[in-house]
Amino acid sequence: MSEIIPDLKYTKDHEYVKVEGKLARIGLTDHAQSELTEIVFVELPSVGKEIAEGEVMANVESVKTVSEVFAPVSGVVKEANDKLVDSPELLNTDPYGEGWIAVIEVSDAASLASLMSADDYRRLLGE
Amino acid sequence: MRYHQAIHDVPLIFEGCNEAVPQDIESELDGLLPRNLQRARLDLPDLPEREVVKHFVNLSQMNFGVDNGMYPLGSCTMKYNPKICDDISSLETVANMHPLQDASTMQGALALMFELEGMLCEIGGVDAVTLQPAAGAHGEFTGMHIVRAFHESKGEERHEVVLPDTAHGTNPASAAMVGYDVLDLPSKDGCVDLEALNAAVSDDTAAFMLTNPNTLGLFEKEVREIAGVVHDAGALLYYDGANLNAIMGKTSPGKMDFDIVHFNPHKTFATPHGGGGPGAGPVGVKKDLERFLPVPRIVRNEERFELDYDRPDSIGKVKVFYGNFAVLVRAYVYIKMHGGKGLERVSELAVLNSNYLKQGLTEMFDMPYGDLRKHEFVLSGKKLKERGLRTMDFAKRLLDYGFHAPTVYFPLIVEEALMIEPTETETKDTLDAFIEACGRILSESPDIVRSAPHNTARRRIDEVRAARDMILSWRSYREKTQSI
Repeated sequence: MSEIIPDLKYTKDHEYVKVEGKLARIGLTDHAQSELTEIVFVELPSVGKEIAEGEVMANVESVKTVSEVFAPVSGVVKEANDKLVDSPELLNTDPYGEGWIAVIEVSDAASLASLMSADDYRRLLGE
Repeated sequence: MRYHQAIHDVPLIFEGCNEAVPQDIESELDGLLPRNLQRARLDLPDLPEREVVKHFVNLSQMNFGVDNGMYPLGSCTMKYNPKICDDISSLETVANMHPLQDASTMQGALALMFELEGMLCEIGGVDAVTLQPAAGAHGEFTGMHIVRAFHESKGEERHEVVLPDTAHGTNPASAAMVGYDVLDLPSKDGCVDLEALNAAVSDDTAAFMLTNPNTLGLFEKEVREIAGVVHDAGALLYYDGANLNAIMGKTSPGKMDFDIVHFNPHKTFATPHGGGGPGAGPVGVKKDLERFLPVPRIVRNEERFELDYDRPDSIGKVKVFYGNFAVLVRAYVYIKMHGGKGLERVSELAVLNSNYLKQGLTEMFDMPYGDLRKHEFVLSGKKLKERGLRTMDFAKRLLDYGFHAPTVYFPLIVEEALMIEPTETETKDTLDAFIEACGRILSESPDIVRSAPHNTARRRIDEVRAARDMILSWRSYREKTQSI
């Protein structure tokens, strides 16, 4: 059974959003990293880029597959986790901590409301 | 029967040899090559022939291939390659030809290619074929260029290629290489969702790429309706020939209203898999697209064959000369040996073997998406998780029983996918042995399965390290080991 953190928001694409005021810190859930298996490469978004909800934000490559990471909210990319370039395994070992992917400054706070709660996400996983 | 792979301690070929010996070759080349193209030193390994042969024979015994075991790699179609095809393509009259010879001196080769094009037209239900592309994906690339040329000839600019989410990875890559945007279409019950397709196509759609039967081994029954939707939007329908081996003689891409087809001779006509070496990916088209095919075209002028470069609408050349001739000869021999009825029988047996195997495994695994399959089927290994195992562990354990692992984790729409394609060349006894091995693995201790393979020359490969820390040449190996 994978770890789900109670006070985060989630998407059906197995991403999590940690809301920090106007900022949204985005990463892959524990379930996602376990399904992808060992991650070997991450392509990060460039800081300052304006991105729309549903657009491809990053690419993650594991020994099993290459997967796109979609922006869960619209806004401007404020930070990208450069540590992942040399240590992509952080996505596996600490998905909710050091393995975050990017921070987006949310342009429309209302879009956060459409994200899933931890309980909804647990139901989606059938756990 | 337990399998034990040979294990030899084989050093890299450069490690076993003396220091490279500079060869004094300068004097002999004067007058033959300009001075600035000559090298005084060649760093060649200094090894006697006997050592070279030992090296490669030992390596080959640590290898696994279609010649020494079942290789049920779904989608890839690893069928046995009849040796007579190799024999004939190695004949002096074939192997010693040079592509720069004058057409008048290679009439036999041109006749063979001309006839092969005709046979492929019949099998594919198309009107014209080019043999030039060097691989299946190269055929897709050629096909996409023809799509572009077709729309441009009508003064239209279209930007999008649509394909289902079960498509082979090469499809979106080929479309993107030719400059198209790619639109992924979610499947419904494992097949094309006609409504979704209807909503997705527009006057910006250049083509829809499809393989039928599809990646799950399901026949797209609504293919004529799909063709209708695509053609109504003014787009072309492209057939990925990856699964043509399931339908030969029963139907054809042409009968299903496809406009462009590529053939995979290694999957359909048992030529060796390219693996980066020489391959072939002929492309067939309907009559009104013939003028866009690559040059030169082989044409018949009474009893003579000629190379025609005068095709103003052609997309141009996609490869030097006329394609990989020796591979095409193998495909020619295979088709000639089987004949029409024989090829139909090949497809029947491929489908029969697949369904026999599926039936034997159906109790052991989850089987998403319906029942009857064509030449391949996809199982889900999600039940393995209950025992702390993944599909990868199961696949690795199969090696200990002397079977190559099936394709794993593809297609992505099936959780923990195991994609199995026995091909028509395996006997019933082999299929039974495979089913028995699968049953045994499921009853083994998870620790044994998780640490497999145990009986192979190399144990579980560290794929993470292989991906993160690539050493692709002797030079980079030397640099890495010296820097440590």
